[in-house]
Amino acid sequence: MGPVLAGVLQLLALVGALALLHVPAGTYLARVYSGGRHLRVERWIYRGVGADPDAGMTWPAYLRGVLAFSAVGVLFLYLLMRLQGHLPGSLGFASVGPAQSFNTAVSFVTNTNWQSYSGEQTMGHLVQTAGLAVQNFLSAAVGMAVAVALVRGFARSRTDDLGNFWADLVRGTVRVLVPAAAIAAVVLVAGGVIQNFSGIHEVGQFAGGAQQWNGGAVASQEAIKELGTNGGGYFNANSAHPFENPTPFTNLFEIFLILIIPFSLPRAFGLMVGSLRQGYAILATMATIWLGFTALMMWAEFTHHGPALQAAGGAMEGKEVRFGVGSSSIFAVSTTLTSTGAVDSFHSSFTGLGGGLTLLSMMLGEIAPGGTGSGLYGMLVLAVIAVFIAGLMVGRTPEYLGKKIGAREMKLAACYLLVTPALVLVGTAASLALPTPAHSMLNPGAHGFSEVLYAFTSAANNNGSAFAGLNANTDWFNTTTGLAMLLGRFLPMVFVLGPRARAGK
Amino acid sequence: MNTSLTNTARLLGAGLRALLVLTLVTGVVYPLVVTGLAQGLFPGRANGSETRADGRVVGSSLIGQQDYGLDYFQPRPAHGLGQNTLNTRYRLILSGATNLSADSEVLLRQVQDAKAEVVRENSVPGHPVRPSQVPADAVTSSGSGLDPDISPAYAALQVPRVAQRNGLPVDRVEKLVRAHTEGRTLGFMGEPRVNVLELNVALRELTGRKA
Repeated sequence: MGPVLAGVLQLLALVGALALLHVPAGTYLARVYSGGRHLRVERWIYRGVGADPDAGMTWPAYLRGVLAFSAVGVLFLYLLMRLQGHLPGSLGFASVGPAQSFNTAVSFVTNTNWQSYSGEQTMGHLVQTAGLAVQNFLSAAVGMAVAVALVRGFARSRTDDLGNFWADLVRGTVRVLVPAAAIAAVVLVAGGVIQNFSGIHEVGQFAGGAQQWNGGAVASQEAIKELGTNGGGYFNANSAHPFENPTPFTNLFEIFLILIIPFSLPRAFGLMVGSLRQGYAILATMATIWLGFTALMMWAEFTHHGPALQAAGGAMEGKEVRFGVGSSSIFAVSTTLTSTGAVDSFHSSFTGLGGGLTLLSMMLGEIAPGGTGSGLYGMLVLAVIAVFIAGLMVGRTPEYLGKKIGAREMKLAACYLLVTPALVLVGTAASLALPTPAHSMLNPGAHGFSEVLYAFTSAANNNGSAFAGLNANTDWFNTTTGLAMLLGRFLPMVFVLGPRARAGK
Repeated sequence: MNTSLTNTARLLGAGLRALLVLTLVTGVVYPLVVTGLAQGLFPGRANGSETRADGRVVGSSLIGQQDYGLDYFQPRPAHGLGQNTLNTRYRLILSGATNLSADSEVLLRQVQDAKAEVVRENSVPGHPVRPSQVPADAVTSSGSGLDPDISPAYAALQVPRVAQRNGLPVDRVEKLVRAHTEGRTLGFMGEPRVNVLELNVALRELTGRKA
C-alpha cells in the first residue's frame, strides 16, 4: 500500500468513527443542556458558587456571567504565572514576565492557546496542571454554553430566557468534558503518552552520559487539549512531541478528539430546535468543507512543491516519520478548521499551498466544524446571513427557524463577521509599519510576512497554531496578539448573544 | 444594563468561586485520578517508556537521540532541536522544528548538505549510494526534533555501512532491520518505521560491544 492510499484510508476511518459516534454524542449533548435534574456533585458546586442554576437569564445577564467568569479566569491565571517562582510545584522554574503572563493567560481563557513560551522550560507542574489545563476545560465549556444559549434563543419564542450560564458551564464541564477527557487520557497513556509527577530527572543515553527530561501530567492535559479544541502543548513541539503523541494510532485518536464535539453539536442543535434536518444541513456544510480542505492539503503535501522539499524528495520537513505526510495533512486541516491549533507537524515548513490552506482554514472563521461551541455559533451566524441574502433574492421576508431576520439582526451578524478580519488587518499592518516587530521574523521575504499574518490570524480567530519561526515573545507581539485574542473571542460573543434574544419577542 | 459597582463585585465574586471550585474538579481531582489510573494500569508507559540494555537505562524508545556514531544506525537530522535558555540550572532538551519554509535557501542548503553527507558516509566499496536513493526523512528535520524513527528505506540504505564497520555479513544486518521494522498500525495508520534506539541496542547486543 502506498502512502496516499494509507492517508485516504485514515481519513475514511475518521469519517466512519465520527459518523458512528456523533449520534449518541449529539443526543447526549442535547439532553445535558435541556434541563432535568441536577447531579449531587453539581449541587455542591452550585452551593459553592452561590448561584441558583434554575434561574433563567436574559441575554445581558448571560453575557455578564460569561464576561465576569472569563475576566476572573484571566486574572487568576496571570497571577499564577507571575507568582510561579514562589509557589510549590514549580520545579524551581522562575516566575513568568508580565507581558508573557498576560498573553498566556488571555490565550488559554479565550480557547486560543497561542504560546509564546516553550512549555518544557517555562511552566512547572502547578501552572500546567492547575492553571493551563483547567482553562482548557473551562474555555471549552464557556464556548459550548454560548452556543447553547444561542440555540435556545432560536428554539424558544415569547421569552427572553436563554438559560442559566452557571448551570451550562458546570454541566458542560462535569457531564461532558471531564468524563470524556478521563477516558481519552487513559487511552493516550495506553498508547505511550506520559502521566507522572516525576519532575525533571536524568535518564541514561545510548552513547553514555545522560539527558534531562521533565515528566508531567501530560496525558490528562493532552486529552482535554484536543477534546476542548484548545491546542496548547505541554511541550514546545506540541503534538509532534513523542510524549504527547507517540504512535500513528494516538495521532488519529487525537484528531478524532478534536472533531467529535464540534461535529456532534449540530445534531444537538437540531434536537433542541425540534428539526434534525436543520442540524444536518449545518453538519453537511461543515463536513463538505473539512473533507474538501483535507483532500487539497493531501494533494499539496504529497506533490511537495518548493525548492527545498523538491531537493529532499518529499515534504517531510517538520513532520514525523510515524505519522507521515497523509495523517499530518489531516491533522493540519482539522486543527485549523477548528479553534484547536495543536500541531503534529509544523505548518511553517509545509508547501506554500499547504501553509496557505491552514491560513485560509482559520480565516474562514473556524466553522467547519469549528471550536467546541464557537464552531456552531459561528456557523449559525453564517446561516442567518445566508437566509437573509436568499430572502432578498426571492423577495421574501427572511426567516430562520421561524424567527424574522431584520435589520438589527443583520447589523449584528455583519459586526460578527467583521471583527476578526479587522483585527488581523490592523495587527498585521501595524506590525509591519513599525520598525522593530519585523526583527522577529525567521524567514526572510514573503514567508516572513506570512509569519506575521499567520500570528494575527491565529490570535484573532482563537486558533493558536503558528508559523512558529516568528519570535512572538516580545512585548509587542505578547501585547498585540493578546488584545487580538481578547477582542476576537468576546466581541463575537456579544454579537451572538445580543440579537437572538430580541428576535424571540 | 445594570452595571453598578456592587452588582459587578457580586458577579465577580461568583465567578471567582466558580473558578476555584472547578479548578478543584478539573485541576486537582481529574489529573490525580488519571495519574492513579495511568500508574496502576500502564506504569512503564506513563513514566516514559524507558529502554534498558546491559542493566542500565539507555533512553526512551519514544525519544530520538543524536550521538550514535557511524558504527550504528543514524537518526534523522534535528536542526530544530534546542537547549533551554530559561531556568538554566537544568540542561533541558527543547523540542522543536526548524520552521524554515519550503522556499528557504537555508533549508535548501541543509537538505543538500545532508544529502551529500548521507551519500558520502553510506557509500562503501561495492555499494555506492546514489543521491536519488536517499529518502526524504534522511535529509529533513522532524517536527519535534526528537523523532525516534527512520523510514525503512533510510535504514536499508545504512545497512552496508553498518555491516562493514561492525564486521558483520550484510544479510545478518538486513535481518536485524527487518525484525525492527514496524508496519502501519492495522495496516493503514501512519507510516512504516524503524525505531533507531531499539535497532541500535539490538545491534550492540549482536556485536557484543560494550557501551
